[in-house]
Amino acid sequence: MSIRERLSGNEAIAYAMRQIEPDVFAAFPITPSTEIPQYFAQYVANGQVSTQYVTVESEHSSMSTCVGAAAAGARAVTATSSCGLAFMYEMLYVAASARLPITLACVNRTLTGPININNDHSDSMGARDSGWLQIYAENNQEAYDNYLQAMRISEDPRVRLPIMICQDGFITSHAVENILLEEDAAVKRFVGEYKPEHYLLKHENPLAVGPYDTCPYCMEHKVQQAEAMKAAKQVVLEVAADFERTFGRKYGFFECYEMEDAQVALVLIGSTAGTAKACIRNLRAQGVKAGLVKLRVFRPFPMEELAAALSHVKAVAVMDKCEGNSGCGGPLFAETCAACYDLPVRPMLINVVYGLAGRDCRVEDVERVYRHLLKMAETGVTGPRYLHMGQRSNAEEVL
Amino acid sequence: MAYNHKKELSKPERFVGGHRLCAGCGAGIVCRAMTRALDEGDRAVICNATGCLEVSSFLYPYTAWEDSYIHSAFENAAATCGGVEAAYKALKKKGRVQDNYKFLTIGGDGGTYDIGFQSLSGAMERGHDMVYFCYDNEAYMNTGIQRSSSTPRFASATTSPAGTASTGKTQEKKDLTAILAAHRIPYVAQTTFLGNFKDFHEKAHRAIYTPGPAFVNVLAPCPRGWQYSPELLPELCRLAVETCVWPLFEVVEGRWMLSYEPRKKLPVTEFMKLQGRFKHCFQPGNEWILEAAQQYVDEKWEELLAKCRG
Repeated sequence: MSIRERLSGNEAIAYAMRQIEPDVFAAFPITPSTEIPQYFAQYVANGQVSTQYVTVESEHSSMSTCVGAAAAGARAVTATSSCGLAFMYEMLYVAASARLPITLACVNRTLTGPININNDHSDSMGARDSGWLQIYAENNQEAYDNYLQAMRISEDPRVRLPIMICQDGFITSHAVENILLEEDAAVKRFVGEYKPEHYLLKHENPLAVGPYDTCPYCMEHKVQQAEAMKAAKQVVLEVAADFERTFGRKYGFFECYEMEDAQVALVLIGSTAGTAKACIRNLRAQGVKAGLVKLRVFRPFPMEELAAALSHVKAVAVMDKCEGNSGCGGPLFAETCAACYDLPVRPMLINVVYGLAGRDCRVEDVERVYRHLLKMAETGVTGPRYLHMGQRSNAEEVL
Repeated sequence: MAYNHKKELSKPERFVGGHRLCAGCGAGIVCRAMTRALDEGDRAVICNATGCLEVSSFLYPYTAWEDSYIHSAFENAAATCGGVEAAYKALKKKGRVQDNYKFLTIGGDGGTYDIGFQSLSGAMERGHDMVYFCYDNEAYMNTGIQRSSSTPRFASATTSPAGTASTGKTQEKKDLTAILAAHRIPYVAQTTFLGNFKDFHEKAHRAIYTPGPAFVNVLAPCPRGWQYSPELLPELCRLAVETCVWPLFEVVEGRWMLSYEPRKKLPVTEFMKLQGRFKHCFQPGNEWILEAAQQYVDEKWEELLAKCRG
């Protein structure tokens, strides 16, 4: 039986961690993910978990601790945000290349420069090519459910890659929402034990991890890693199917909201989906055929599936909560354009960068984007493709 | 039990041939001697910082290590080892690991004194049951002999070269062993390769079998960086000790103890003159360098004696 509760996103993650009881948890505090190690410390202090809780002196060391622990044969987890994730950057690649299924709860916060503690996706998007799986949540329920699925995906022998479970800082991490929790025993049964094939502490044979990988071998290892990321797509769907069978909530690569007959659509990630859905309901009441694709799985990127979901739409705005600094758009835009390239008839595509450093995105802001898309669909003119939402500016490229 | 060199050397090697370290390099000697200090039957996981040792002892698909081994990066060997040790505790409690394991970390002075200093300090403070061995060759040798905070004053390195307007490195060597002692961890020691390795062996064994964190700093000469002929390695270690450039001591639970006091302290020039990195110090007009070097060693030695007298 599910348990009805009211929890913040951070509490939901900590709750899931308590239920799973990983072998090792290493973390260093950073806003807005700090509450996760705090809640967990209390579980340790109350004797509710047998986890080795390592209070490291930096995020670089928390990921290094996880690398050592996972290589030794333990299930290792951490949590962080923003600069904490950036400080781990070197070790993210090490974890992925050593094929260590570490779980990282990422509470998305803008990356410093200038310093700001609020939400956008620049932290995890910066790590998008590090070899980690990335799953994003719209709300606390999804953050909890994604965390329960994380280890099943990343520890699968076909994958063996680390995984980031992302949620929007403050918007979901600190807002208390209704949530359905699952019973401890049911969670433990669903997640199961971590049983690696090879590990440092294995009785039968010692193991060497982290070689200097010479030219005749290194590329083969990188290709194996790339193949694992490809294989992860199937595993994500299998675990989601089992999750639905077990707990009744359905997940996929993305959620299509009012997409069947949509003429205009948004593609976005995270909590803004709730705002967009409210906007769509208003627009639909006015007869506007607006739809939304809320991306859940960014790595591996569901290229063909996303293209198929957008194939019948006239105009699409890809909403990046992250600046690309490429001069031509954000990362989700680049991936979505690439996905749509092979469609026989492509939708008109624009990029709207929004919500940086916690800038609020309201229903009326989203509506402006839909209105802009409707104009594009009507006139057949795409216009500027790289736009920024709600700026104090007289520049033309403003939404 | 008294140290028996022959018996210790008859144990199976745990760091074996086939590695690609230079002839006359101290790092491989540290590895053989530190793993020899493990009791037979005890298993070990070796954690290694990036450096000469890592790229010479574990080149895929070959390893010179008989024990489990992990290298993850340059600045985090201690944190990585802490993770392995935490995993051991968790898995042991669950009954998934039965064997007894010891956790040995090894890094050069770059990975220990400098880039890995924070990670080392953190792991020691947290109290992981592990030993950190530093093979201190007094510069960043793997990248081509750049100065480190461990490089002694006046040594010429590629980023602190001697020249017409330079007398080599301008700063004194960081006293890392004292800094680790200031962490008040259960065991800290300084050693090098001497005679029948009694000093090294006993300190390594004590470090490994003292519960909690321990740190052993080993002066480990580098023939490329110090510019000496490989066969001079034991002589350089002996002279480092006899000149008091590298005193041998232990700090047990905060108590400082001298391991060896030279009957007649040799002048520091005896140690310096065998090494190319100090060659410029012996040029006419640079007599002040030799005086300053001697004065520094004398002061540090007196300081140490005072600590040991308590």
